[in-house]
Amino acid sequence: MNEFVSLAVTQADALKSGLGSVGYGLAAIGPGIGIGYLVGQSVQAMARQPEMAGNVRTTMFLGIAFAEALALIGFVLKFI
Amino acid sequence: MVPVLADLLPNVNELFEFKGFFGQHQWYEFNKTALMAFVSTIICILLFYVGSRKKAMVPAGLQNMAEMGYETVEQQIAVEVMGVDHGRKWAPFLSTLFFWIFFINIWSTVPFIYFPATSRISIPLYLAIQTWVIFIFVGFKHQGLGYFRNVVPSGVPGPLLILVVPIEIISKYFIRPFSLAVRLFANMAAGHVLLAVFCIMTSELIIHHNSGIWQIPLGILPFFALVAMTAFEFLVALLQAYIFTILTAVYVNESLHAEH
Repeated sequence: MNEFVSLAVTQADALKSGLGSVGYGLAAIGPGIGIGYLVGQSVQAMARQPEMAGNVRTTMFLGIAFAEALALIGFVLKFI
Repeated sequence: MVPVLADLLPNVNELFEFKGFFGQHQWYEFNKTALMAFVSTIICILLFYVGSRKKAMVPAGLQNMAEMGYETVEQQIAVEVMGVDHGRKWAPFLSTLFFWIFFINIWSTVPFIYFPATSRISIPLYLAIQTWVIFIFVGFKHQGLGYFRNVVPSGVPGPLLILVVPIEIISKYFIRPFSLAVRLFANMAAGHVLLAVFCIMTSELIIHHNSGIWQIPLGILPFFALVAMTAFEFLVALLQAYIFTILTAVYVNESLHAEH
Protein backbone atom coordinates (compact mmCIF):
# COMPACT_ATOMS: atom_id res chain seq x y z
CA MET A 1 0.00 0.00 0.00
CA ASN A 2 2.78 2.38 0.99
CA GLU A 3 4.66 1.70 -2.22
CA PHE A 4 1.52 2.42 -4.17
CA VAL A 5 1.08 5.76 -2.42
CA SER A 6 4.69 6.80 -2.98
CA LEU A 7 4.43 5.78 -6.64
CA ALA A 8 1.27 7.85 -6.98
CA VAL A 9 3.02 10.84 -5.40
CA THR A 10 5.98 10.52 -7.79
CA GLN A 11 3.64 10.23 -10.74
CA ALA A 12 1.72 13.29 -9.59
CA ASP A 13 4.95 15.27 -9.27
CA ALA A 14 6.04 14.22 -12.74
CA LEU A 15 2.63 15.14 -14.13
CA LYS A 16 2.73 18.52 -12.41
CA SER A 17 6.16 19.32 -13.84
CA GLY A 18 5.04 18.17 -17.29
CA LEU A 19 1.90 20.29 -17.10
CA GLY A 20 4.09 23.27 -16.15
CA SER A 21 6.04 22.85 -19.37
CA VAL A 22 2.84 22.58 -21.41
CA GLY A 23 1.50 25.68 -19.68
CA TYR A 24 4.65 27.58 -20.56
CA GLY A 25 4.31 26.50 -24.18
CA LEU A 26 0.73 27.75 -24.27
CA ALA A 27 1.70 31.01 -22.57
CA ALA A 28 4.40 31.63 -25.19
CA ILE A 29 2.04 31.49 -28.19
CA GLY A 30 0.35 34.85 -27.71
CA PRO A 31 3.45 36.93 -26.95
CA GLY A 32 5.26 35.20 -29.83
CA ILE A 33 2.63 36.30 -32.31
CA GLY A 34 2.42 39.72 -30.67
CA ILE A 35 6.13 40.44 -30.71
CA GLY A 36 6.46 39.22 -34.30
CA TYR A 37 3.68 41.51 -35.46
CA LEU A 38 4.99 44.40 -33.38
CA VAL A 39 8.56 44.21 -34.67
CA GLY A 40 7.39 43.69 -38.25
CA GLN A 41 5.25 46.82 -38.12
CA SER A 42 8.06 48.77 -36.45
CA VAL A 43 10.52 47.79 -39.18
CA GLN A 44 8.01 48.91 -41.76
CA ALA A 45 7.54 52.22 -39.98
CA MET A 46 11.33 52.73 -39.77
CA ALA A 47 11.72 51.92 -43.46
CA ARG A 48 9.00 54.37 -44.44
CA GLN A 49 10.14 57.17 -42.20
CA PRO A 50 13.83 56.76 -41.31
CA GLU A 51 13.83 60.12 -39.56
CA MET A 52 11.47 58.69 -36.93
CA ALA A 53 13.61 55.58 -36.37
CA GLY A 54 14.78 56.56 -32.88
CA ASN A 55 11.28 57.25 -31.66
CA VAL A 56 9.90 54.08 -33.19
CA ARG A 57 12.68 51.98 -31.69
CA THR A 58 12.01 53.24 -28.18
CA THR A 59 8.31 52.56 -28.50
CA MET A 60 9.03 49.17 -30.03
CA PHE A 61 11.14 48.07 -27.07
CA LEU A 62 8.45 49.27 -24.70
CA GLY A 63 5.84 47.25 -26.56
CA ILE A 64 8.09 44.19 -26.60
CA ALA A 65 8.63 44.51 -22.87
CA PHE A 66 4.89 44.56 -22.22
CA ALA A 67 4.07 41.70 -24.59
CA GLU A 68 6.93 39.61 -23.24
CA ALA A 69 5.79 39.88 -19.64
CA LEU A 70 3.02 37.30 -20.15
CA ALA A 71 5.42 34.71 -21.54
CA LEU A 72 7.83 35.32 -18.66
CA ILE A 73 5.11 34.88 -16.07
CA GLY A 74 4.32 31.54 -17.72
CA PHE A 75 8.00 30.62 -17.48
CA VAL A 76 8.18 31.46 -13.80
CA LEU A 77 4.98 29.54 -13.00
CA LYS A 78 6.68 26.38 -14.25
CA PHE A 79 9.16 26.54 -11.38
CA ILE A 80 6.60 27.30 -8.68
CA MET B 1 18.71 2.19 -20.09
CA VAL B 2 19.99 5.15 -22.08
CA PRO B 3 19.78 8.23 -19.86
CA VAL B 4 17.58 10.94 -21.28
CA LEU B 5 18.39 14.59 -20.75
CA ALA B 6 16.04 14.99 -17.81
CA ASP B 7 18.00 12.35 -15.88
CA LEU B 8 21.33 14.08 -16.54
CA LEU B 9 20.19 17.53 -15.51
CA PRO B 10 20.62 18.37 -11.85
CA ASN B 11 17.67 19.77 -9.99
CA VAL B 12 17.15 23.27 -11.37
CA ASN B 13 17.78 24.80 -7.94
CA GLU B 14 21.33 23.47 -7.96
CA LEU B 15 22.13 25.74 -10.88
CA PHE B 16 21.23 28.81 -8.86
CA GLU B 17 22.09 28.04 -5.25
CA PHE B 18 25.62 28.34 -3.95
CA LYS B 19 27.23 27.59 -0.63
CA GLY B 20 27.97 30.72 1.33
CA PHE B 21 31.62 31.64 1.84
CA PHE B 22 30.70 32.50 5.42
CA GLY B 23 27.59 32.99 7.51
CA GLN B 24 25.74 29.96 6.20
CA HIS B 25 21.95 30.41 6.57
CA GLN B 26 22.40 33.71 8.41
CA TRP B 27 21.11 37.06 7.28
CA TYR B 28 24.67 38.08 6.40
CA GLU B 29 25.38 34.98 4.31
CA PHE B 30 27.89 35.87 1.61
CA ASN B 31 27.84 33.64 -1.46
CA LYS B 32 28.74 33.78 -5.14
CA THR B 33 25.70 35.89 -5.99
CA ALA B 34 26.56 38.56 -3.44
CA LEU B 35 30.24 38.48 -4.40
CA MET B 36 29.37 39.10 -8.04
CA ALA B 37 27.06 41.97 -7.15
CA PHE B 38 29.90 43.54 -5.16
CA VAL B 39 32.45 42.98 -7.92
CA SER B 40 30.07 44.52 -10.46
CA THR B 41 29.63 47.55 -8.24
CA ILE B 42 33.40 47.94 -7.94
CA ILE B 43 33.89 47.60 -11.72
CA CYS B 44 31.14 50.18 -12.25
CA ILE B 45 32.71 52.64 -9.81
CA LEU B 46 36.24 52.08 -11.15
CA LEU B 47 35.19 52.57 -14.77
CA PHE B 48 33.61 55.93 -14.11
CA TYR B 49 36.05 57.09 -11.41
CA VAL B 50 39.19 56.34 -13.39
CA GLY B 51 37.44 57.41 -16.60
CA SER B 52 36.58 60.85 -15.26
CA ARG B 53 39.74 61.51 -13.22
CA LYS B 54 41.79 62.96 -16.02
CA LYS B 55 39.50 65.24 -17.98
CA ALA B 56 41.40 65.38 -21.24
CA MET B 57 40.02 67.52 -24.02
CA VAL B 58 40.51 64.68 -26.48
CA PRO B 59 39.36 61.58 -24.59
CA ALA B 60 41.36 58.40 -25.00
CA GLY B 61 41.24 54.90 -23.59
CA LEU B 62 39.09 54.41 -20.52
CA GLN B 63 37.86 58.00 -20.50
CA ASN B 64 36.63 57.52 -24.03
CA MET B 65 34.78 54.37 -23.04
CA ALA B 66 33.16 55.90 -19.97
CA GLU B 67 32.10 59.03 -21.84
CA MET B 68 30.75 57.04 -24.75
CA GLY B 69 28.72 54.78 -22.46
CA TYR B 70 27.33 57.68 -20.48
CA GLU B 71 26.48 59.67 -23.60
CA THR B 72 24.76 56.68 -25.18
CA VAL B 73 22.51 56.25 -22.16
CA GLU B 74 21.90 59.99 -21.96
CA GLN B 75 20.99 60.37 -25.63
CA GLN B 76 19.30 57.04 -26.37
CA ILE B 77 17.34 56.63 -23.15
CA ALA B 78 17.12 59.75 -20.99
CA VAL B 79 16.74 62.52 -23.58
CA GLU B 80 14.79 60.28 -25.95
CA VAL B 81 12.12 59.50 -23.35
CA MET B 82 12.10 62.50 -20.99
CA GLY B 83 13.06 65.39 -23.23
CA VAL B 84 16.19 67.51 -22.99
CA ASP B 85 15.56 69.26 -19.64
CA HIS B 86 14.49 66.33 -17.50
CA GLY B 87 16.62 63.91 -19.48
CA ARG B 88 19.89 65.69 -18.65
CA LYS B 89 18.90 65.81 -14.99
CA TRP B 90 17.99 62.13 -14.74
CA ALA B 91 20.82 60.80 -16.91
CA PRO B 92 23.22 60.08 -13.97
CA PHE B 93 20.66 57.90 -12.19
CA LEU B 94 19.61 56.11 -15.36
CA SER B 95 23.17 55.42 -16.46
CA THR B 96 24.06 54.09 -13.00
CA LEU B 97 21.09 51.75 -13.24
CA PHE B 98 21.99 50.71 -16.78
CA PHE B 99 25.65 49.97 -16.14
CA TRP B 100 25.07 48.20 -12.86
CA ILE B 101 22.46 45.88 -14.38
CA PHE B 102 24.64 45.40 -17.46
CA PHE B 103 27.75 44.49 -15.46
CA ILE B 104 25.78 42.02 -13.36
CA ASN B 105 24.03 40.48 -16.37
CA ILE B 106 27.22 40.09 -18.35
CA TRP B 107 28.59 37.48 -15.93
CA SER B 108 26.28 35.02 -17.66
CA THR B 109 28.75 34.80 -20.56
CA VAL B 110 32.07 35.32 -18.77
CA PRO B 111 34.09 32.07 -18.85
CA PHE B 112 34.59 30.20 -15.54
CA ILE B 113 31.87 32.26 -13.87
CA TYR B 114 28.82 31.77 -16.10
CA PHE B 115 26.29 32.97 -13.62
CA PRO B 116 24.27 36.18 -13.81
CA ALA B 117 23.57 37.39 -10.30
CA THR B 118 20.28 38.85 -11.58
CA SER B 119 18.96 35.31 -11.98
CA ARG B 120 18.30 35.32 -8.24
CA ILE B 121 15.06 37.20 -7.69
CA SER B 122 16.40 39.36 -4.83
CA ILE B 123 18.47 41.72 -7.00
CA PRO B 124 15.79 42.40 -9.67
CA LEU B 125 13.21 42.71 -6.92
CA TYR B 126 15.34 45.28 -5.12
CA LEU B 127 15.81 47.24 -8.35
CA ALA B 128 12.09 47.10 -9.16
CA ILE B 129 11.08 48.28 -5.69
CA GLN B 130 13.61 51.09 -5.98
CA THR B 131 12.04 52.19 -9.28
CA TRP B 132 8.58 51.87 -7.75
CA VAL B 133 9.48 54.06 -4.76
CA ILE B 134 11.19 56.62 -7.00
CA PHE B 135 8.35 57.07 -9.46
CA ILE B 136 5.76 57.40 -6.70
CA PHE B 137 7.99 59.86 -4.81
CA VAL B 138 8.62 61.92 -7.94
CA GLY B 139 4.89 61.93 -8.66
CA PHE B 140 4.10 63.39 -5.25
CA LYS B 141 6.96 65.86 -5.46
CA HIS B 142 5.94 67.27 -8.84
CA GLN B 143 2.16 66.99 -8.71
CA GLY B 144 1.41 67.07 -5.00
CA LEU B 145 -1.70 65.25 -3.89
CA GLY B 146 -3.08 65.65 -7.39
CA TYR B 147 -0.95 62.64 -8.24
CA PHE B 148 -3.82 60.50 -6.97
CA ARG B 149 -6.06 61.89 -9.72
CA ASN B 150 -3.94 60.15 -12.37
CA VAL B 151 -5.64 56.85 -11.68
CA VAL B 152 -8.87 58.39 -13.04
CA PRO B 153 -8.45 58.59 -16.81
CA SER B 154 -10.13 61.55 -18.48
CA GLY B 155 -12.90 61.04 -20.97
CA VAL B 156 -14.29 57.87 -19.43
CA PRO B 157 -18.06 57.85 -18.77
CA GLY B 158 -19.02 57.73 -15.10
CA PRO B 159 -20.32 54.18 -14.58
CA LEU B 160 -17.28 52.68 -16.32
CA LEU B 161 -14.99 54.28 -13.74
CA ILE B 162 -15.96 51.54 -11.27
CA LEU B 163 -14.23 49.13 -13.63
CA VAL B 164 -11.43 51.32 -14.95
CA VAL B 165 -10.06 52.81 -11.74
CA PRO B 166 -9.22 49.49 -10.01
CA ILE B 167 -7.59 48.24 -13.22
CA GLU B 168 -5.50 51.41 -13.43
CA ILE B 169 -4.46 51.14 -9.78
CA ILE B 170 -3.51 47.48 -10.09
CA SER B 171 -1.65 47.90 -13.38
CA LYS B 172 0.19 51.01 -12.23
CA TYR B 173 1.20 50.15 -8.70
CA PHE B 174 1.25 46.35 -8.56
CA ILE B 175 1.83 44.91 -12.03
CA ARG B 176 4.56 47.42 -12.90
CA PRO B 177 7.13 46.56 -10.22
CA PHE B 178 6.21 42.89 -10.48
CA SER B 179 6.72 42.74 -14.23
CA LEU B 180 9.94 44.78 -13.99
CA ALA B 181 11.41 42.32 -11.51
CA VAL B 182 10.12 39.19 -13.19
CA ARG B 183 11.20 40.29 -16.67
CA LEU B 184 14.82 40.77 -15.67
CA PHE B 185 14.88 37.70 -13.44
CA ALA B 186 13.16 35.33 -15.88
CA ASN B 187 15.24 36.38 -18.87
CA MET B 188 18.51 35.82 -17.07
CA ALA B 189 17.37 32.60 -15.37
CA ALA B 190 16.09 31.18 -18.66
CA GLY B 191 19.36 32.05 -20.39
CA HIS B 192 21.35 30.42 -17.61
CA VAL B 193 19.30 27.21 -17.81
CA LEU B 194 19.63 27.20 -21.60
CA LEU B 195 23.42 27.45 -21.46
CA ALA B 196 23.56 24.76 -18.78
CA VAL B 197 21.43 22.41 -20.89
CA PHE B 198 23.69 22.80 -23.93
CA CYS B 199 26.84 22.40 -21.79
CA ILE B 200 25.51 19.16 -20.33
CA MET B 201 24.46 17.90 -23.75
CA THR B 202 27.90 18.63 -25.22
CA SER B 203 29.85 17.00 -22.40
CA GLU B 204 27.51 14.01 -22.31
CA LEU B 205 27.55 13.34 -26.04
CA ILE B 206 31.30 13.86 -26.56
CA ILE B 207 32.78 12.39 -23.39
CA HIS B 208 30.37 10.09 -21.59
CA HIS B 209 27.90 8.73 -24.08
CA ASN B 210 29.21 5.94 -26.27
CA SER B 211 27.45 6.14 -29.62
CA GLY B 212 30.27 4.90 -31.87
CA ILE B 213 30.53 6.62 -35.23
CA TRP B 214 27.98 9.28 -34.34
CA GLN B 215 29.93 10.47 -31.32
CA ILE B 216 31.72 13.39 -32.97
CA PRO B 217 28.98 14.81 -35.24
CA LEU B 218 26.32 14.49 -32.54
CA GLY B 219 28.53 16.04 -29.89
CA ILE B 220 29.60 18.96 -32.03
CA LEU B 221 26.06 20.06 -32.87
CA PRO B 222 25.12 21.15 -29.31
CA PHE B 223 28.55 22.75 -29.00
CA PHE B 224 27.80 25.05 -31.93
CA ALA B 225 24.43 25.78 -30.39
CA LEU B 226 26.26 26.60 -27.15
CA VAL B 227 28.53 29.09 -28.90
CA ALA B 228 25.58 30.70 -30.66
CA MET B 229 23.58 30.83 -27.41
CA THR B 230 26.48 32.48 -25.60
CA ALA B 231 26.47 35.25 -28.20
CA PHE B 232 22.70 35.48 -27.84
CA GLU B 233 23.03 35.71 -24.04
CA PHE B 234 25.41 38.64 -24.44
CA LEU B 235 22.72 40.38 -26.50
CA VAL B 236 20.05 39.53 -23.92
CA ALA B 237 22.18 40.92 -21.09
CA LEU B 238 22.55 44.22 -22.95
CA LEU B 239 18.90 44.30 -24.01
CA GLN B 240 17.53 43.61 -20.53
CA ALA B 241 19.64 46.39 -19.01
CA TYR B 242 18.36 48.69 -21.77
CA ILE B 243 14.72 47.69 -21.28
CA PHE B 244 14.88 48.03 -17.49
CA THR B 245 16.40 51.50 -17.79
CA ILE B 246 14.02 52.69 -20.48
CA LEU B 247 10.98 51.47 -18.53
CA THR B 248 12.25 53.26 -15.43
CA ALA B 249 12.65 56.41 -17.53
CA VAL B 250 9.11 56.05 -18.91
CA TYR B 251 7.58 55.53 -15.46
CA VAL B 252 9.46 58.48 -13.94
CA ASN B 253 8.56 60.64 -16.94
CA GLU B 254 4.89 59.79 -16.46
CA SER B 255 5.11 60.94 -12.84
CA LEU B 256 6.81 64.20 -13.83
CA HIS B 257 3.91 65.44 -15.92
CA ALA B 258 0.25 65.41 -14.97
CA GLU B 259 -1.89 63.43 -17.36
CA HIS B 260 -4.05 65.50 -19.64
